[in-house]
Amino acid sequence: MDYKELLIEAIQTLRVNKMRTGLAVLGIVIGIGSVITLISLGQGSQQQITNQIQSLGANLLTVSPQGQQSGPVRGAVGGGTTLTPEDSIAIDQLASDLVAKVSPEVSGRIQVTTGKNNTNTTVNGAQEVYADVHKVTMESGNFISARDNDVMAKVAVLGPTTATDLFGEDNDPINQVVRINGLDFRVIGVTASKGGSGFNNPDDAIYIPLSTAMRQVFGRTYLSSISLEASSSEVMVQAQDEVGYLLLARHKLSEVSKADFQIFSQSDILSTASQVTGTITSLLGGIAAISLLVGGIGIMNIMLVTVTERTREIGLRKALGAKKKFIITQFLLESFILTMVGGVLGMMFGFVVSFGLSKLLSIAFVISPSAVLLAISVSSLIGIVFGWYPARKAAQLQPIEALRYE
Amino acid sequence: MPKDIIVIKNVSKVYQTGEVETVALENISFTVKTGEFVAIMGPSGSGKSTLMHILGALDTPSLGSYQLNGQEVSKLSDDELADIRNQQIGFIFQAFNLLPRTTALKNVTLPMFYAGIERDERTARAEKFLKMVGLASRMFHTTNQLSGGQQQRVAIARGLVMNPAILLADEPTGNIATAQANEIMEIFTKLNKEGHTIVMITHEPDVAYYAKRIITIRDGRIISDKQNRSYTPGVLGKGKRGL
Repeated sequence: MDYKELLIEAIQTLRVNKMRTGLAVLGIVIGIGSVITLISLGQGSQQQITNQIQSLGANLLTVSPQGQQSGPVRGAVGGGTTLTPEDSIAIDQLASDLVAKVSPEVSGRIQVTTGKNNTNTTVNGAQEVYADVHKVTMESGNFISARDNDVMAKVAVLGPTTATDLFGEDNDPINQVVRINGLDFRVIGVTASKGGSGFNNPDDAIYIPLSTAMRQVFGRTYLSSISLEASSSEVMVQAQDEVGYLLLARHKLSEVSKADFQIFSQSDILSTASQVTGTITSLLGGIAAISLLVGGIGIMNIMLVTVTERTREIGLRKALGAKKKFIITQFLLESFILTMVGGVLGMMFGFVVSFGLSKLLSIAFVISPSAVLLAISVSSLIGIVFGWYPARKAAQLQPIEALRYE
Repeated sequence: MPKDIIVIKNVSKVYQTGEVETVALENISFTVKTGEFVAIMGPSGSGKSTLMHILGALDTPSLGSYQLNGQEVSKLSDDELADIRNQQIGFIFQAFNLLPRTTALKNVTLPMFYAGIERDERTARAEKFLKMVGLASRMFHTTNQLSGGQQQRVAIARGLVMNPAILLADEPTGNIATAQANEIMEIFTKLNKEGHTIVMITHEPDVAYYAKRIITIRDGRIISDKQNRSYTPGVLGKGKRGL
């Protein structure tokens, strides 16, 4: 079969009725376009969330006290008082290759004021190692030093959001004073933005020395949490177990079920988050696929009209010796071209729209090769599936009936 | 000795529409030899269109046998019939049946395309036959830029390109102005003289006059089959009333 000739003929036929061809293609453009857009947005936000979680620290394990069980009532996670600085030191002294860094922390939300402004923010008591474990980098100034902790210095490091809230965009907060719980703290640094948002936003926080925080600000002898950095991502589960058993022993607890602490692994959070966003992505893609189906039915409709309209032509072709496969190929090729053109245009349309939306929603712009592959294969498949019935109908026309058709 | 090109034996065609049976052809037999020019005449409803469809392998008989160029056609599948139409029969229709918005050249190449002939060969042959019917200067005109007579000449060229066993013309002058119809009939006469076998369906005696043999059917039966006595080679276009 001379496919080149058939192809030329199919393109010529499609060009005769531009309006109709255009509308049929439009259905596919919208279908493929919306599938690409929604998948791209879904994957973009997935990547965004993953990046954010990873920016909080690599191979991170967080030990939090479990609310103590008194009878049937169990307190909230983090509400317990069982995690002590001695626990942290014990973990640090653990002769183990599994845990690389240990950062004991206290935190709480406190109203913070300067002369003019005030804000409610998270105050973190931290040691020098905190910056390392949580991947905190400095925009200006320095982070809390070991000496600051030793001397219980009243110094503070501000997150960029907090710095802006308290001192405005243009003023340098370094060496200014913030008042926390009635105590004056000298600002020694501002951290670089991590682009976080929501309740646990590292940009909206104040860091002060752990010792100062425990004794003078919160007045506590227990920790809010201990952050651990495992030495590699492979040993996270082992590290989790080792630390868990150490703490059980230290707290004189006999069984895991009675533990008065919890150890979260960052990878757990990550996998939960990507599971959720993955589900949302497929949901959105599924909804968009419905419009693709509608587009496919549009193609079938147009092809059926075309077959009816060209009955005489089909009759003539058969009279001149066209076999069924020729007629089928001719019509399939037409619908295939329609959907391929629609698929390629829809793909470009989808990229443009998702690029615009990702800028608008400030999420990552992701073009996955699988989306491109999906668009091409699905649109060509639609051409063949929805073109099949009209093409077969054309091929089965009896030549006399077709020639007689007015 | 000319050989038998069409052998129709006891052919009947019955159409079934719901409960009603319509007999279109009843026990028809005749033979056409190579080089003949046969007109099949009859009023409308006589069954001549049905006969033309069977002769053209567009339809198969209900009963009886039809041999075309030595091959039994009556029991073939749709695709095999398509091959027969492609290789053995050159169709010339009343309504020309050319592809619209398509050049004369492309129209003539169409049967060769379905026969799987190479592109260059297709073009070369199409040009040759278009020249033969006097359309050398109009090869690249599209169908709608041609007059009725010119369109029918394109159709004749298309009918000839596969070098078929028979030319089958169905009311070839029915849609054409008289002067041009005359030209068309002269082309047929010339082709017949060159040895082409022509079967022509018509209800116009003036057109049938050009044939050497006239078969008349009525109510699905042959009522006469005789040589055309008024046929005199060399006095073409001088029919009793003209065309």
